[in-house]
Amino acid sequence: MARIEKANGIVDWLDQRLAVKTLAKVLMTEYWIPKNINFLWAMGVVLTVLFKILVISGIFLLMYYKPDVNYAFDSVNFTIMQEVEYGWLWRHMHGVAASAIFLVIYIHMFTGIYYGSYKRGREMIWISGMMLFGIFSAEAFSGYMLPWGQMSYWAAQVITNLFGGIPIIGDALVVWIRGDFAVADATLTRFFMLHVLLLPLVIMLLIVVHFYSLRIPHVNNEEGEEIDFDIEAEKYKAGNKKESKVIPFWPLFLSKDFLIVSIFMIFFFYLVSFHFSFALDPINFEPANAMKTPAHIYPEWYFLWSYEVLRGFFFDVGSIAAADIGLAAFGFANVIFILLPFLDRSPVVAPASQRKGFFIWFWLLLIDMIVLTVYGKLPPTGANAWVGFFAAVLFISLFIALPFVTKNETKRGA
Amino acid sequence: MAVEQSRRDFLGMAFGGVAAVGGVFALGAMKKSWDPLPSVQAAGFTTVDLSPMEAGELRTIEWRKKPIFILRKDQKMQKNANRDVVVDNSEFTVVIGLCTHLGCIPSWKPSTQEFLCACHGGVFDASGVNTFGPPPRPMDIPPFKIDGTKLVLGEEGPEYAKLVGKA
Repeated sequence: MARIEKANGIVDWLDQRLAVKTLAKVLMTEYWIPKNINFLWAMGVVLTVLFKILVISGIFLLMYYKPDVNYAFDSVNFTIMQEVEYGWLWRHMHGVAASAIFLVIYIHMFTGIYYGSYKRGREMIWISGMMLFGIFSAEAFSGYMLPWGQMSYWAAQVITNLFGGIPIIGDALVVWIRGDFAVADATLTRFFMLHVLLLPLVIMLLIVVHFYSLRIPHVNNEEGEEIDFDIEAEKYKAGNKKESKVIPFWPLFLSKDFLIVSIFMIFFFYLVSFHFSFALDPINFEPANAMKTPAHIYPEWYFLWSYEVLRGFFFDVGSIAAADIGLAAFGFANVIFILLPFLDRSPVVAPASQRKGFFIWFWLLLIDMIVLTVYGKLPPTGANAWVGFFAAVLFISLFIALPFVTKNETKRGA
Repeated sequence: MAVEQSRRDFLGMAFGGVAAVGGVFALGAMKKSWDPLPSVQAAGFTTVDLSPMEAGELRTIEWRKKPIFILRKDQKMQKNANRDVVVDNSEFTVVIGLCTHLGCIPSWKPSTQEFLCACHGGVFDASGVNTFGPPPRPMDIPPFKIDGTKLVLGEEGPEYAKLVGKA
């Protein structure tokens, strides 16, 4: 046991019991971040702030929300929106933050892809990040069900039905997931549990793993330069701050991050105050009705690209049904990103602009995902269906081509 | 020493074995807790009288929270011996009104005599057979029993057993 002496202040008292000074060093003042980075490196902290906003606004919504098919719709649209003081603010913050967090996740993800921050020791950062993306998707889906409007109901119907495509156990699995023959009260209460307890717990755990996975390989930088963090840290601590290639996480890196977070928050509260309606579909202001499907069903914008991959395959090939091809492609699209570190066969860590084949690959992927997103919202008729088909085929081909594109890179010694 | 080691191994394996069995039982309990409740499974018989329906008329009723399309075929509609439910000498199409693609409710277009699904463009003919788009199979026929001019949904009668093999 440590030797406890009379403390000379509250910090010292805590330090003797919890080693808070060492803890602060390890986590903050001697956790080193490279200097040659740009504003895109602030997205992780922006995401952390957005997640906090979701948790806090969610706590206030949770106090009035009723997970019951008879009360859910009114508890949101009447109680929270009209009776609870500032209830509208919590709801709009929650809805807009859910949408904004996906925008920033995509920026964060594509930053990682562009700068090659997923390989050479950084695989676990990428994998834990993609696991977060998956759980966040489940969290978004389960939350979307809670207001129990028409879109909530039919999105739940369509998404749970996807599991029916699994051979043999499919139909039984759908009934098991729903707890009823159709989406019903049992479905609402179990997805409510997932949304407010189990999934947030998993997210918090994964965030810790994600942060921890940065400790050993450290954060990447703009040039993909391999920095000896021990040597650079020594330089910094010796007072050679200008020459050192690193800065401490706190207070230097975070103070820069706070600037980006502040700018982002101006944009965020502008959306919450004046343009919240983009996150609240008008069809969802009609109570759920199992006997009437809305004319157009589409997911929120952040799921459109994978949704378009699902419905892009609209004709049978031989004896394989269109729906099964679509489902297989959808499954592929949802797991393939996590395998990125192993599909990229090049050992080079550099921004895409310095990697010829990969540069083209990166921009093709980004443009293709934007095309898929745009056409995912349009009705799948006539020429739209073909654009969707080719964009979906291109998406899959890009990932199949990646090992070959990157393998060539090493041969040429780029 | 060797004896000591095997004793330790045995303790470890016994402990691990008991924990594994407990874990499997716990998972089984968790799976069962997610199953549909008995009350949900039991609620499931709906009776409809088909005699007041006119030729060409479509009715949508609710059975186990799903829409059921009942269409009394008129002269122009093609008969389908593998799917038609014959009650009182007239043919009816009786199907679960959910698109077999992802479960949206198709709507009936009297002008073309087709069921159209707005979600992903699936089309079914008057007998509920898929004719275009992503639906992988015809609309499902719910279990039924014919009782005079009445249809009992949820119970399997001989007429249903006859159709189920062919449709």
